[in-house]
Amino acid sequence: MIQYAAIILFVFGLYGLFTNRNVIKMIVSLNIMEIGLNIFIVSIGYVNGGAIAPIISSTQDLGLIYVDPLPQALVLTAIVIGVGTTALGLAIAKSIYKTYQTFDLDEMGESA
Amino acid sequence: MKNLFGFLISLALGIVLILVLADTSAFPAFGDVNLADRISEQYFNITNVEEVGSANLVTAIVVGFRGFDTLGEVTVLFISALGVAFIFGGVKQKRLDLNFKPNFMLRVGSNILFGIILVTSIYIIFHGHLTPGGGFPGGAIIASAVLLLYLADDRFRSNVKGFKILEGVAGSVFVVIGLLGLVLATAFLQNFLPVGTVGNLVSAGIIPVIYVLIGLKVGSEIAGIVDNFLTEEESA
Repeated sequence: MIQYAAIILFVFGLYGLFTNRNVIKMIVSLNIMEIGLNIFIVSIGYVNGGAIAPIISSTQDLGLIYVDPLPQALVLTAIVIGVGTTALGLAIAKSIYKTYQTFDLDEMGESA
Repeated sequence: MKNLFGFLISLALGIVLILVLADTSAFPAFGDVNLADRISEQYFNITNVEEVGSANLVTAIVVGFRGFDTLGEVTVLFISALGVAFIFGGVKQKRLDLNFKPNFMLRVGSNILFGIILVTSIYIIFHGHLTPGGGFPGGAIIASAVLLLYLADDRFRSNVKGFKILEGVAGSVFVVIGLLGLVLATAFLQNFLPVGTVGNLVSAGIIPVIYVLIGLKVGSEIAGIVDNFLTEEESA
């Protein structure tokens, strides 16, 4: 049922994105959504019956039950892209603060 | 009112998602998966494993089967680092001041920790094809070591130019290795080195080489981002 937990985490992030007007909090919400999605994708690869991480010590181990390595590889990509977008978002937030002296989107319109 | 509206939309989306992803043939329940139905089955095929030679199958996919994808991923990270540098722009000389004065113990202790963290990251990068880890986490650990020095030492300033040169060289060598695969083998980023025994430190052909390059590139890129965030334009 960890998939439902991941979906709930995703929905929490979406709610935060809808209701917050603070740029930093919006970036945090985006990250929560991203973590939810990553957990969801990794959970797709789980296999029942004592599956272990897809790391072999020699080719004789191939008969064992392993979890699906492909979602893990895709999530590895997604995490790196997430770091990049978060860094870019925080950079934009810092330059917004430099111009308006506030992180709040509503206060920005008044002072400008 | 706005909060209620957002809450209702989120709730509706969550319910729809959970209902759509219920236990169907296209999307089985958690853990109720037969890998033989999936494309992932081929990664456990013994001929494929011996051809790539990486004991860590995730690494075999990321660098071996989908190496071109990883080149694109590194490029995205490079572009975002470039974007951060572009947004902060200008000639930056001064680093942000700390609001405390680090004492002797903090400075020396952080320098010792810097070495330990660096050694850990090198271990993780070099064992990317054998154990969990690899170039991306190892690079992030290198950047965290640089961040530690920034936070613990008020006079520290990393060698930004050196990081930029390191990043450019690592990225270029990655592409050159890919082109060598085109020349010496048949396809871009194809393995042209001997694979060796699965599970040995020196094995898996070009995968450790590429992961070391990725580690250097990611580490210098994230260290560059950290440097961009912790410096500002000289006001005087």
